[in-house]
Amino acid sequence: MKVLVCISHVPDTTSKINFTDGDTVFDSQGVQFVINPNDEFGLTRAMWFKEKQNATIDVINVGSSNTEPTLRKALAIGADKAIRIDSEPIDGMFVSKEIAEYIKSNHYDLIIAGRESIDYNGGMVPGLIAGLLQINFVTNCTKLEIEGTKATFEREIDGGKEILSCDLPLIIGGQKGLVEESDLRIPNMRGIMQARQKPLEVIPPSTSSSKTKSIKFYKPAPREEVKLVSPDNLDQLIDLLHNEAKVL
Amino acid sequence: MSVLAYVESFKGKIKKNALEIVSYSRELAIKLDTNLVTIVLNVDDTSELNKHGASKVLKVTNSELESFDAKLYANVIAQAAKANNSNYIVLSSSLDTRYLAPLLSIELEAGYISNVVELPSSLNPFTIKRTSFTNKAFCDSTIDSDIKIIGLSSNAFGISENNTEGLLEDFNPTLSEKKITINSTEKVSGKISIADADIVVSAGRGLKGPENWNIIEELAETLGAATACSKPVSDMGWRPHSEHVGQTGKPVATNLYIAIGISGAIQHLAGINSSKIKVVINNDPEAPFFKAADYGVVGDAFDVVPRLTEKLKAFKA
Ligand SMILES: Cc1cc2nc3c(=O)[nH]c(=O)nc-3n(C[C@H](O)[C@H](O)[C@H](O)COP(=O)(O)OP(=O)(O)OC[C@H]3O[C@@H](n4cnc5c(N)ncnc54)[C@H](O)[C@@H]3O)c2cc1C
Repeated sequence: MKVLVCISHVPDTTSKINFTDGDTVFDSQGVQFVINPNDEFGLTRAMWFKEKQNATIDVINVGSSNTEPTLRKALAIGADKAIRIDSEPIDGMFVSKEIAEYIKSNHYDLIIAGRESIDYNGGMVPGLIAGLLQINFVTNCTKLEIEGTKATFEREIDGGKEILSCDLPLIIGGQKGLVEESDLRIPNMRGIMQARQKPLEVIPPSTSSSKTKSIKFYKPAPREEVKLVSPDNLDQLIDLLHNEAKVL
Repeated sequence: MSVLAYVESFKGKIKKNALEIVSYSRELAIKLDTNLVTIVLNVDDTSELNKHGASKVLKVTNSELESFDAKLYANVIAQAAKANNSNYIVLSSSLDTRYLAPLLSIELEAGYISNVVELPSSLNPFTIKRTSFTNKAFCDSTIDSDIKIIGLSSNAFGISENNTEGLLEDFNPTLSEKKITINSTEKVSGKISIADADIVVSAGRGLKGPENWNIIEELAETLGAATACSKPVSDMGWRPHSEHVGQTGKPVATNLYIAIGISGAIQHLAGINSSKIKVVINNDPEAPFFKAADYGVVGDAFDVVPRLTEKLKAFKA
């Protein structure tokens, strides 16, 4: 079984979000970048396919050379090979077309992406790849088992879950549940050493186009101070919620 | 040209979030000086849509579409868009709709922007505001393609009433083959889901243990609210994972979010920030949540929450 894990390189969840160049680009100065949390759950699930079902795991990222430490980390966790498509991502469509082009000439049985990245939050890359390649697709995937050429999986739905099955190839948008937080792996020294020897292919972008552009970023207006209500005067809280906020 | 709004339903009933989609789409159609078309699957009575401004309703009735299938649904919406020359398609942010949206985007070769919070600020170039960095920032984005798909954030626009004369049309799409089989569906019955709730009552590690959740549930029941929790609470198994909200859990965009015994870590706040009104109850006045909330009570949850529930019962009565 050949598995491809799509890795998005995102600011750490605690990062201060600032913008430069007239608020047109994210200010990465002093920001720590990590594997997108939703992708990390998927990568860890992929490691189990490798260990229990002998799968080969490739990881792919569309990005500049800045993203290489993130790809090396995925290799240190245990992926076999990394691919970087050498281009600044413009939008979800651009990223998806680039990854789809790569998959067209390199067959995979299973493609794992995250349900969304925590920076752009588009929530569209796995679905767009599925549409471009006309392969089966599920998102908000919280469990996944593969047997032969068949996949059985769980999808989170509003207020519950669904158990589904289909034939491979399949692409998923993964999230917590595929594995738990406590299953996530921190690369050890041996993994880090091995990762240095593993292949990291850099390939030029094909000529994908985008359909949308982010033209200006801004931060929410500073909020008003919290109105404190004494615990001995809860009637006031109800009054404020009813008459001022109008939510009761 | 027209604006097409996809109206979601569940078991033959139009979902509340769909009325927000129709309200938004009506305003968009006015701005574009064009007509609003809505499409709805397997719903008998669609008169509610006219109340919110739908001038043309496409009614699809087909038992094959009884259960959700992203690919089939996307294809049906694409056929409706083509038949009505729709170059703007408006979708909700429910899990099902976010699932079908990228497939629709490929079918129509349309640019798709999700998490939209306003009407477009400019039509040429088409520019629209969305949230990004998990609610820590906003972003103006342009869509350059002829057909444009807008995914509206829940509760970003609100529901407005506009009685409109409605044209009803039966729409019979051709259906492609289903590739994914549903083996079973589990829906927690009798409980309102976080996605559908107007009010969410959420609690954190400050509650000390799962045995103390009765005060949370009682408050939620009194308010007709959904219950939610912080990540460590679900990690420790005090509450089901489906209640975990925040950056790595479910996003919350309700009218009222009440946080009890939750410190307000940046990853928690990121996921709930687009809720309209936030109330925090915490015994530590230094808890970061107080900087992100509209109203706060510095106090012990075990004292404050039961008394608040009693007072709310009296208020509701
Ligand atoms: C990559 C990553 C992703 C994450 N994603 C999420 C996420 O999606 N969602 C999320 O929630 N967290 C997330 N976290 C975790 C987050 O950083 C915090 O650890 C977590 O939100 C804290 O949960 P808490 O507020 O319940 O607990 P604590 O931080 O322990 O806070 C408990 C609060 O309860 C108060 N308290 C104690 N006793 C009482 C009492 N008797 N009455 C009233 N108040 C009381 C305390 O003053 C304290 O403020 C993530 C972390 C990381 C690293």
